[in-house]
Parts: sequence; structure tokens; C-alpha cells
Amino acid sequence: MNRELYPFPGGLQIPPHKELSNAKTSLITPLPDSIILPLQQHIGTPAVPLVKTGDKVLKGQIIARADGYVSVPVHASTSGKIIDIGNYTVPDPLGLKAPCIVIEPDGDDVWFEIKPTHDYASIDPKDLQDVIREAGIVGLGGAGFPAHVKLREGTESAVDTLIINAVECEPFISCDDRLIREKPGYIVNGTRMIRHAIQAKHCVIALEADMPEAYAALKELIDDDIDLIQLPVKYPQGGERQLIKVLTGMEVPSGGLPIHIGIVMHNAATTAAAYRAVIRGEPLISRYVTVSGEVNDPRNLQVLLGTPVKHCADQCGYEDKEGQAIILGGPMMGMYVNNMHMPVIKTTNCVLVTSTYNKSPEMPCIRCGQCVDVCPEKLLPQQLFWHAHAKNYDRLREYHLFDCIECGCCSFVCPSNIRLVQYYRKAKRQITQDEQTRSGADHARERFIARNARLAREEQTQNNELLAGSDIGELDKQAFIQAAVERTRAKRAQLGKQENSDDDQE
Amino acid sequence: MMTRNETVIISSPHLHAVTSINHVMTRVIYALIPGILLSAWFFGSGVLIQSLLAVLFALCAEALMLYLREKPLRLFLFDGSAVVTALLFALCLSPYTPVWVNFTGICFAIIVAKHLYGGIGYNMFNPAMAGYVFVLLCFPVNMTTWPLPAGITDQQATLLQILSIIFTGPSSLENFDSLSGATTLGWTKSQLSGMFMITEIRNSPLFGSFAGKGTEWIAVAWLCGGIWLLIQRIIKWEMPVFFIGTVFLISLLFYWYDSSIYLSPVLTLFTGGIMLATFFIITDPVTASATPRGRIIYVIGIGLLTYIIRTWSAYPDGVAFAVLLMNAVVPLVDNYTRPRVFGEIKHG
Amino acid sequence: MTGILIVLAFTVVIAVLLYYSRGEVPEQEKLVDIIDSLLPQTQCGQCGYPGCKPYADAIVHNHADINQCPPGGRNTIRQLADLLGGEIKPLNPAHGKAGPKRVAFIDEDICIGCVKCIKACPVDAIVGAPEQMHTVITLECTGCELCVAPCPVDCISMLVFVQGGRRVKLGPAMRTSS
Repeated sequence: MNRELYPFPGGLQIPPHKELSNAKTSLITPLPDSIILPLQQHIGTPAVPLVKTGDKVLKGQIIARADGYVSVPVHASTSGKIIDIGNYTVPDPLGLKAPCIVIEPDGDDVWFEIKPTHDYASIDPKDLQDVIREAGIVGLGGAGFPAHVKLREGTESAVDTLIINAVECEPFISCDDRLIREKPGYIVNGTRMIRHAIQAKHCVIALEADMPEAYAALKELIDDDIDLIQLPVKYPQGGERQLIKVLTGMEVPSGGLPIHIGIVMHNAATTAAAYRAVIRGEPLISRYVTVSGEVNDPRNLQVLLGTPVKHCADQCGYEDKEGQAIILGGPMMGMYVNNMHMPVIKTTNCVLVTSTYNKSPEMPCIRCGQCVDVCPEKLLPQQLFWHAHAKNYDRLREYHLFDCIECGCCSFVCPSNIRLVQYYRKAKRQITQDEQTRSGADHARERFIARNARLAREEQTQNNELLAGSDIGELDKQAFIQAAVERTRAKRAQLGKQENSDDDQE
Repeated sequence: MMTRNETVIISSPHLHAVTSINHVMTRVIYALIPGILLSAWFFGSGVLIQSLLAVLFALCAEALMLYLREKPLRLFLFDGSAVVTALLFALCLSPYTPVWVNFTGICFAIIVAKHLYGGIGYNMFNPAMAGYVFVLLCFPVNMTTWPLPAGITDQQATLLQILSIIFTGPSSLENFDSLSGATTLGWTKSQLSGMFMITEIRNSPLFGSFAGKGTEWIAVAWLCGGIWLLIQRIIKWEMPVFFIGTVFLISLLFYWYDSSIYLSPVLTLFTGGIMLATFFIITDPVTASATPRGRIIYVIGIGLLTYIIRTWSAYPDGVAFAVLLMNAVVPLVDNYTRPRVFGEIKHG
Repeated sequence: MTGILIVLAFTVVIAVLLYYSRGEVPEQEKLVDIIDSLLPQTQCGQCGYPGCKPYADAIVHNHADINQCPPGGRNTIRQLADLLGGEIKPLNPAHGKAGPKRVAFIDEDICIGCVKCIKACPVDAIVGAPEQMHTVITLECTGCELCVAPCPVDCISMLVFVQGGRRVKLGPAMRTSS
């Protein structure tokens, strides 16, 4: 079917390097020695553990429940024993540790009871959301936004188009490509299922022109009900706002969501995971991960969530060499990590080993304006940079800093090698923090005003009841306080030393 | 190199295009070479000597300023920007310019116009133009006496004569007057004020087949270099096109109005510094507007001012003044030409 | 002559542009509110005025300096300088030192329940009754330290405030269609 395409502004042609990993059949990764499952693998509130150290768990069993609406549960990826619940290194740009549940696999890989459903059409869309939520499905494209929230957005307002995003625009990553080639049925039926759940009028699966095999595989399975669109290769076409523009010509309002213009978008892998969760009753416990770059055997792996990154890399012949960087995700938006102990989580789509990352020194901006030309959000990266540098936060808002999707196009083309995105991230964090302080201050002001009003009222009543009150027990009180002061002194003397040293440290 | 044990935060993206300031500047220098060689052919080896001296002075001044400002010398000295400034400045000079004039201009360009404003990227005014205007105001006579282009007289200055003019001043040479003359634009200006008509002036040997003798072909060389830069995506097409368009239109307008005292559009475009400015001076990103619409306003402003200064002021050419004047307006233009952000709804 | 005209025309154009680009100057009373909204609302009085609003008022009417607010620190001084068009100055050390946000903590073993701190707290962040143990509602405490001095048994200490949440959420990062 032909569909008119609308190019999005800016963007880049980057060598895709997909050929490194997309030709080989994916490998099922053998069980690692330990499975580390972070309680937060998604955007929203972290899950709450339901197990304790020493418990035996089965594959697919819920080991931490969702906390609040924007949250999903965590499932055991394999059967085994819980050996620890504590802080472990997680995929995090700052290399932080976060609460995790650690399982020692027993090697039997026994499933917990699972409830397959053979016909999703018989399930009420509302219940479908719950099934998907209980299966722990989040966006597998990278951001990890809980899928059920988007589905509910879809059921609550009229949806014109459902877009399944199979555009893997970042270089090196081919896990969706491989997934589609190997399991096209999951994608197509999953698409139909989500369409049923949100009652979308139209339905589109979009992929880029460099995935001909995946296109052919899908083409065989779909009828007229789904538009299968091949797009010319351009980064960052897989960005939500960009893809919507390309396919529909509509722009998601600045600061708005796709649903505001009647569109729901899901990632291809998310769609497949949701279908699998509903039809086979299997929660999200594994995913496709691309291991690429400077490894001996770059390829895609089917990895149980919680498998250490090192274990995955080892399957592909990884050798530790001087000067290599490990990047989780693609080279444009992925995060640099300085060790490989952290686990693969729901949002880990790629493990990239590279020594050609950007090391050049930063030079002053020469205002060449190339960043303006490539910005897919039509921002002025260079003005943003100036104002971020000057910490001029009001100006940054005026220049729509928060519309920046951090795609990295501006940094990529910058002849002065300025890490623009890094400055934006920092500024965003600072602004968010300032806002929190601000709202705290506003709150304090309210309380201050309320207190003053109360004092004024009390004074009023006191004046009215001048006669009340007496000095009975004044002496007793004095004595009581005196005794307390002495007690305190004695206690202080004991604590004194320790507190002094505490003060020094501050 | 970093070891994995350190906590290093490296922000995405990790890929980078093959580009750097040096890459950009080197290409600008390449694009200038044909024009420089052609200038040397028409106006003698003085052009090359001026260029070399300017580059030498510029690198020294740059090194001095970097040292004083405690900046990494190797990183900044060889980024190529000082060389480009020096070449552009030297190309504005007469090949007979004495060495101290060249030196003064470069010092002003690099030290005052560039480094006192904060060095590369921070300078508000185009350093080459600022340097040129500075010496133009300080040494007006030296700046307007040019060699006669090859093809007008057989009498060409020898290398020794040129060196003597440059290093000891024009007065040291007895037959200096026979070796030099006015530029095409300067000649036209003085003849127009003597109530001559363009058609009469046009008969002067200073004019070639479609513009100034010699300079017309040099202008073509700038054009070719500029087109190469466009193909290399070092500069953007909007700026040259709108600039030439503006100058062309306004000169056409006046040419129609009275062709006896206003130069034809072609003559306007191919004489003086317009072609050089089109591709190498107004396209300097540091001092130009940064927004897409702002850039267009910026070059249209330069175009109008250039024509106005050229036609009605005492100076034969006005590019340098026009560029500096518009440089001053850039912050204002930038502020008013912010583009609409993706998905932004403008509230009328 | 023409030169003068050109410069004149240029001046006029720029003057007109500048005229239209000038910011709005808020009225004095409004200005007090705006300044008040930039102050950290600790109500600590370290600036020498009995609260944030009075300080804001003093900046507008009595030419009080903008560098007298230690809890706000550099950030507040910068914002005030931006707003009022003044210079960014270092914090006046006579009014105290800037530092990380602190909150009061009552050692409940020592507290005698004298309610003096409750009376001192400008935002009612301490709960307790006479001769009962008192405690600070950490989230409401602004860190003004006004409760420390009145305590007869020195049971209140100021501790560095650690944000509960581990990670601060960034803006709408590119949702590669999650």
C-alpha cells in the first residue's frame, strides 16, 4: 500500500554497521552463574520485593510487585534460589548501585504456572492491560516506559493510528531486525492484538529500507489490515516524534504526547513481548540483545534478563583490550559504562565494544550552525549551549530545552567537538532540581503565612481570656527543667567526642 | 588512556563525524589558493609576499596571545583560523603595502578583534575586516595605490623593486608612479565625480572584458573556490545566494534608473571585494547570525550597505565596513529570528 | 553627508528595535512578590530581616543588598541579579555561610518537651505537646536553625539533608518508542 511520507527536519546519514550482526541467527545464551534483577528496569516507581533471601523461585514467578500505577512487576528469569537482595551495579551512566534481587540458577529452568490464552479477541481490552502489566512489559526500545500506561491512554481516547516502530535507526543495533526475521508472527499478531486493545482505526508497521529480509518476512503474514512501510534510512527516524511526522505529517505538540493527536506507538519488540505474554502466558523474562563492535563474533543473543553483560559479551568472543569502551545501547544515545558487571535489563538492546569513540578535545563554538541544520526538533543547539554554559535557565526554557530528545545529532556534526548533549542533560537535571526546591519554598511560604495567621488568632483569643492562666506549679516546673538539663549534660559528655568529629567532617 | 576502574562519565553520542575546526579551515585555505595564484599572476609576486608576511605575523601574534591567555598552544595555534584571517586580510591589501602596515593590521586583527574578545568563536567582528578597516583608516594612501594589472603596461615591477617597496616604503623607488595606479573602482569613483559618464570611463584600459582588468578573472577564481566550498558543505548556499542576489537587484534597479552614472550589475559584482566577500568573508560563521532566517537578513544587510557605501561614500569599496556594521547587529538579529520549534504552536 | 545619513538611519532602526525589545518593568509591589518567590523561604532571618518577604520588601524599598541570603546561596544571588539588572556579588559573610541544605533533628532521648522550639519554628514543622517528646517533620523543615538557640538542653542538631529519591528524572528523553 502506498502512503505519502513526510520527511522530518534535520537528521543525519550515519553508516549503519548493521551487517556486522544481523546476518547470523540469534543464539540462546546459556544460563549464567547468577541472575541479577534490578527492581527498577523501567520509568516509574521501582518494584517492591515479595521474596526473601533463601527462597526458592520458579521461572516466570513474580518476585517483586509493581508499586503504584506507573510501575511493573519483576519476574524470576529462571528457577533457582534467591541468594541476596541488595545493592548491585546497574546500567547507569553514573555507575551507581541500586537495589537488586540476585538468583542463583538451579539449572532446571522450571516454569512457574503459566496461563496461556488462545484467543485475545475474547478478552476485554481492559483486562488485556492488566495481563500485560502483570507480565512486566515495558518499552523495549530503550526508554522503558510501562506498556500498559500507553494502552490505557489508547483505550481512554480515540486512536486514529497505531504505529509499530521497527525502525532501528541507531547504528550497530539489529536486535529488532533479528527478532522480526525469526518471529514475524509475534509482531504481526501482536500488532493485531494491540489494535484490538485500543481500537485503532489504522495500523502501520514501519521499518527502514536496510531491513529487506524483515520486510519480506512481515509481508508474507500481513493482509490489507496493516500498512507495512519501508522508510529511507535516516537518523533519528526511530524517535517517536520523528516517526509520527514521517508517517502522518503531524507534529506531536511541544511538550505533548502522541495520544494528543490520536496516535499510539509501540516498539516492535514490545509488541512481540506483549503478544507472547497474552497468548503463551510467559512474562517478560528475556530479550534480544545485539553484541557488536570489536568482538570476534558479533551477533544477536536471546538473553535472560539479569544476565551479566560480561556473560553476553563472552558468548561473542569478547576480549578485554586497552582503550576499548563498552556502550550499552547504540553509539548515538547509549550509555558508556566502565565495567561489565551490570546485568542486561529490559531496556538493554545492545552491547557495543568500540575503541573509536569520540576522544577529541573540545574547542570553542564557532557558530557554524551545522547543529541547527541537523536538529530534528528544530532547536537552536548552539544558543542552548551558550545559555546552558551561562546557567541562564529561563532562557533555556524559552529556547525549548525540554523538547530536546538527546539524539546526539548536534554533537555528532560539531566541528568543535562540543559535547552538546552532555550540557543539555546537566542543565535539564539542574532545572528539575531547582523546580523541586522552588516548590518546596512555595510550600514553606504557605506554612509560614498560615502560622502567622494562627498566631494572630491566638493572640486575639488570649486577649479575650486575660483572666485565665495561673502560676501554679511554676516552681515544680523549674525543678523539672533543672533535672532534665543535668541529665542531658551527663549524656552529652558521653556523646560529645563522636559528635565533634561528625561536625568536623561536614 | 583511561582504565576501566576510574569512574569516568562519558556522555552519548560516542560517534563523531569526521570534522573539526581544522578540517573546515584547511578547506577554506584550499579554496583560496586558485584566487591567490591568479592575483599573483596579474599583480605580481607582491601578493604572495603580503600573504606570507601576514600568515607569519598572524601566527606570531596568535602564539603570543595564546601564551598570555594561558591557552593550549598546539591545540589552538594550528586550528587554521589565524591563517585564514591572515590570508583574507592580505588579499584586501595592495601588493605594494609596506610591511609595517601589514604588521599593524594583523596585530589589530588577531590581538584586538580576535583575542581581546575571547579568541576563536567569541569574536564579535570579523578579524580580517577589522584589521583591514583599521589600516585603511590609518594609512589611506598606502591602501589605495595598486600595481597596474598585467596586460595594461609592459612595465612590471621586478621582485627586487617589490621587495624594496614593501620593506622600505614606496618613496624609496623613483619610478614608483609608473608602476602603480588606482584600482578599477577607485578610478571609476574619481572619474564619476569629474562628471564623466560610465560609457566613457568604461573605455579605460583598467576595464577588461566584463569587469575590472585582471580582477574580473580573480573574481571568477573566488567564485570557483566558493562553489567548491559549497560542494564540500563547508558553507551554506543561502548566504552567497542572498548576498549576490541583493547586490544584483539593487544595482540593477539603479542601473535601470540611470545607466550613465550607475555601474551595471555584472560590473558591480565582479569588481572590488564582492566575490571574495561572498564566499569567504560573509560566510565566516563566528561573526554571522546563527539562525537560518537571521543569516539571510544578515547577508541582505551587508549587500545593501556595501552598495550604499560603494556608491555614495568617499570610499571606493564598502564590503569591509558593511560586514563590520552588520556584525554589530547580529545579536539583535539572532534574538528576533528564532525558528519555530518542532511541534510548537505559535500563539498569535 | 551621506555617511552621516547612513549612520543616522542605522541608529534610528536600532533604536526602534531596542525600544520594542525592552523588557517590562514590573511595579514595585509586584516586584516584592517576584523577589519573594526567588527567595528560599527558610524564614531564617539571617539576612537581618524577620523573614523572606520583609527582606524582599527591603530590597525594593530600602536598597538592601542582594547578597544577604545564605540559604539561597549563589543561585539566589544570581537570580536576583538577573531580575534587578545588578551585578553578581559574593555572599556577604556577615550574614552567614552557604552550604548544603540542613534539617533540624531532635534527639528524642534528650528532649524535655519544653515547646520552646515549637514556638520558634516559623513553618510549624515541629510537633509535640508540653512535656511530651517533640519531633521534626523533616519534609517540612526549611533548615532555618531558629529552633536551635531556644532549646534549653541543646537537643537539636542540624543534619545535612539527603534527598530521598536516588535519581532525578530527566526531561522527555527520546522515547525510541517504548
